[in-house]
Amino acid sequence: MVKIGLEVHVHITALKTKLFCSCPSDYTGKDPNTVTCPVCLGLPGAIPVLNENAVKYGILTALALNCQIAEKLIFDRKHYFYPDMSKNYQISQYDGPGSMAIAKDGYIKLNDKIIRIRRINIEEDPAKIVYPTGSILTSKYTLLDYNRSGTPLLEIVTEPDLRSAKEARFFLEKLRSILEHLGVCDCGIEGAMKADVNISVKGGERVEVKNVGSPKDVEDAINYEIARQRASILQGIKIERETRHWDNERRVTVPLRTKETEEDYRYFPDPDLPPYSITPELIEKFKREMPELPDQRAERFVKQYNVTPYQAQVLVNEKALADLFEEITNNYKNYAKVANLLINDYMRWLNENNITVTQSKAKANHIIELFEYLDSGLISIKIVKELLPEMILTGKTPGQLIKEKGMTNIKDENYLERIIDEVLNEEKEAVEKAKRDPKVVNYLVGMVMKKTGKRADPQMTVEIIKKKLGLT
Amino acid sequence: MNRIMIVDLVNDLRNKNLEAEEYIERTYEKIGKYDKYINAFITIRSKEEVLKEVKESINKGGKLAGVLIAIKDNISTEGIRTTCASKMLEDYIPPYDATVIEKLKKEGAVIIGKTNMDEFAMGSTTETSYFGPTRNPWDLERTPGGSSGGSGAALAAGYVELALGSDTGGSIRAPAAYNAIFGLKPSYGTVSRFGLVAYANSLEQIGPMARNAEDLGLLFSIIAGPDERDATTINLNLNFELKERSVKNVRIGVLSDILEMSEKPVSGVIKDVVNKLSSEGALIEDTKLGNAEYALPAYYIIAMSEASSNLARYDGVRYGYSKYMEGNWREVYAKNRGEAFGMEVKRRILLGSFILSAGYYEEFYLKALKVRNLIKKNLDELFKKYDILLSPTMPILPPKIGEVINDPVRMYAMDLNTVIANLAAIPALSMPVGFYSDLPIGLQLMGKYLSDIYLINISSFIERNITKLYNLTASVKI
Repeated sequence: MVKIGLEVHVHITALKTKLFCSCPSDYTGKDPNTVTCPVCLGLPGAIPVLNENAVKYGILTALALNCQIAEKLIFDRKHYFYPDMSKNYQISQYDGPGSMAIAKDGYIKLNDKIIRIRRINIEEDPAKIVYPTGSILTSKYTLLDYNRSGTPLLEIVTEPDLRSAKEARFFLEKLRSILEHLGVCDCGIEGAMKADVNISVKGGERVEVKNVGSPKDVEDAINYEIARQRASILQGIKIERETRHWDNERRVTVPLRTKETEEDYRYFPDPDLPPYSITPELIEKFKREMPELPDQRAERFVKQYNVTPYQAQVLVNEKALADLFEEITNNYKNYAKVANLLINDYMRWLNENNITVTQSKAKANHIIELFEYLDSGLISIKIVKELLPEMILTGKTPGQLIKEKGMTNIKDENYLERIIDEVLNEEKEAVEKAKRDPKVVNYLVGMVMKKTGKRADPQMTVEIIKKKLGLT
Repeated sequence: MNRIMIVDLVNDLRNKNLEAEEYIERTYEKIGKYDKYINAFITIRSKEEVLKEVKESINKGGKLAGVLIAIKDNISTEGIRTTCASKMLEDYIPPYDATVIEKLKKEGAVIIGKTNMDEFAMGSTTETSYFGPTRNPWDLERTPGGSSGGSGAALAAGYVELALGSDTGGSIRAPAAYNAIFGLKPSYGTVSRFGLVAYANSLEQIGPMARNAEDLGLLFSIIAGPDERDATTINLNLNFELKERSVKNVRIGVLSDILEMSEKPVSGVIKDVVNKLSSEGALIEDTKLGNAEYALPAYYIIAMSEASSNLARYDGVRYGYSKYMEGNWREVYAKNRGEAFGMEVKRRILLGSFILSAGYYEEFYLKALKVRNLIKKNLDELFKKYDILLSPTMPILPPKIGEVINDPVRMYAMDLNTVIANLAAIPALSMPVGFYSDLPIGLQLMGKYLSDIYLINISSFIERNITKLYNLTASVKI
């Protein structure tokens, strides 16, 4: 049996400032070390002060993950020396004597399976280490960027309840969707959600893989680890406790360090941060502010739009996709058609090309326009599928693209008859078959499509062929 | 004795009864003459710069317009190096002012320099400084107490009328007692610690040091107040009405268990003051602190634990001593820290790290917190019966240089009377009450939480009506 547990680190992108100072938490595009102050640089004498909005997002997450919420928010110092640390301790939380995490003992339902959440911490992110050559091995020196230092994180730790790579991926996708629906995290931002993965196979010790970026990467890393660990055990090599690193380029895990002993972090409550009281009234207030979560939204989709439960689940799995669906169906009422297109064509193409829904430039009104062209018979479904990728990449409207490419359906009866006559001449054998077996008509239609670059109006083409073969 | 108070000095400067040039000249002359022996300052600012600021400040006005102040070198001052008396921060120049410095500047005070101290405030004699010990102006053979010894000596030598210190376990009061000046360890949370280089955050406060009770009160009223940059400050505005408060009918508990542990000459002088208080109508009673023997160990466990954490940041990466840059980071850190920290600092980091490590945390740290609560409770009970608890500030006379520095247990024992107030977060004031063979002896007054002003007003009465000891200047015997 495989046991998998996850430690997920989520940037609370909803917070506009860092966790313990007033520096902006969004430093996109800023020069290194320009978004800093005495507090996040750990200068002598600087004192952290809690950004109280963090409490809200911690509690919303705890409620959504069905956790028990602590009565006090207590921050602990977690001590270890490392170059990315501004104080050589991280302000985090600790579930132990004299301290507590903001929440613990929760769960996420994955279909009908319960994945237990051990605890949720609020903590600060360290600075970013930059290796000038890109590799720790070949760099002569290390650069540090403190813009990230002190930005707010949630750490969400599961029990080892996951049993496969696929399950771990589904879990992360669901967690991501929950966090997006809560507004805690805009997980589309690079590095906004990362996971440390703990994996053990039968007969081996627990191996930790650090810093894996996306649900897909987590799936790949786990598959790689399971195969590696099983192969080792088969060869009689022991799997010891160790920490490994996910090499995103080579898609393999590499050893980082062996864990001979548990590291002693010397936790103790940060004396600069007085405990913050979490009253039942406060929790009630946030309960009332709780937005619709993915499971509820999927249920509503089934009722409101008559989509299948499977479709509903796929749609809500990514908040941006569910939003897009509702934006389209607000004005275009053939719900099944929209669901099919989004799930089967739109998402597939996005996934295959590694583009997120938010990165896609095809807006709801563009897609509505696309359906309108299809319904009017101006373009075929085949053209729809051809147009989608270009809409996604360029943001051009279907109208623009059709015009540019001359992709409208050919409805000119004379022209169609001429093409069809050509086909019927060339395909004498098929014509004979078609007279006995109407299914072969489709083959003839296909040949017409080939000659017209898929532009022949399908409806008209079928009718003309049937008429000419005397099948009507 | 001519009673010159800060209010008079500010008036004289404004009315040009005292020219800024003369004021500055006089001050720098004294420093030039004595400080090579006393070593109260780590950094003295240039005379020209200071004179310019003083003149500007007199024109602008403020409660301290043009008044020079000495600042302990663990309080962050923008543009003026802040060394904590450590090789580690020998060249560190902060890019920001501590909140207390902002407040002082707003009232027109001008920083003359940064005063010597025990390295990172770890010590009771100002001997652990990387910049050499400070000597007691009353007797150059002896220590001025610590860790704010430079501030204490600067006042006793008459360089300045005001100074800031910080008090983690007695670091304002020990030098106050040994230099025959006034010092207040404020109630925890009344003065912002933002910009105070942390030694033990849960215990320490910045506090005023002065040559009389009135000035002490004035300085305290300026630096106190809530600060959104320090979440441990309390959101409360104190009533800063400063006036003599007679001791008549004031209930005073004399801590006999503490008094008994003091040297004879010290307890002798204190008992003498107690008798005089009694004849002024104070209601005197002998009492005991209780659990006194646990106070010191609990204090040192908490202080060292916090210290080991606070001092982790000094790795030479962002600032501070970074002679070594080559090799892997572990080696670099170890070399820089190994060379730049002094013995006492290393001792406390090691002990603190040990205490916080798994298994010992519960046994030592959590137990120390229990003792701390116990002492708080004892004091709460005592303050139902007494308005003030009285004891000597220091159990012994100022030790000679080198006498206790190599005997840590003896050095730590000097803090016995003072750590109680830090553990309990209550205010404690030290004032001069007498001498024994020309060596100053200090009286400690402790009051209940937030009774800081009350203590100052009582000390004002004692100073004027009983001891008549204020604005004392040592005649330095070079």
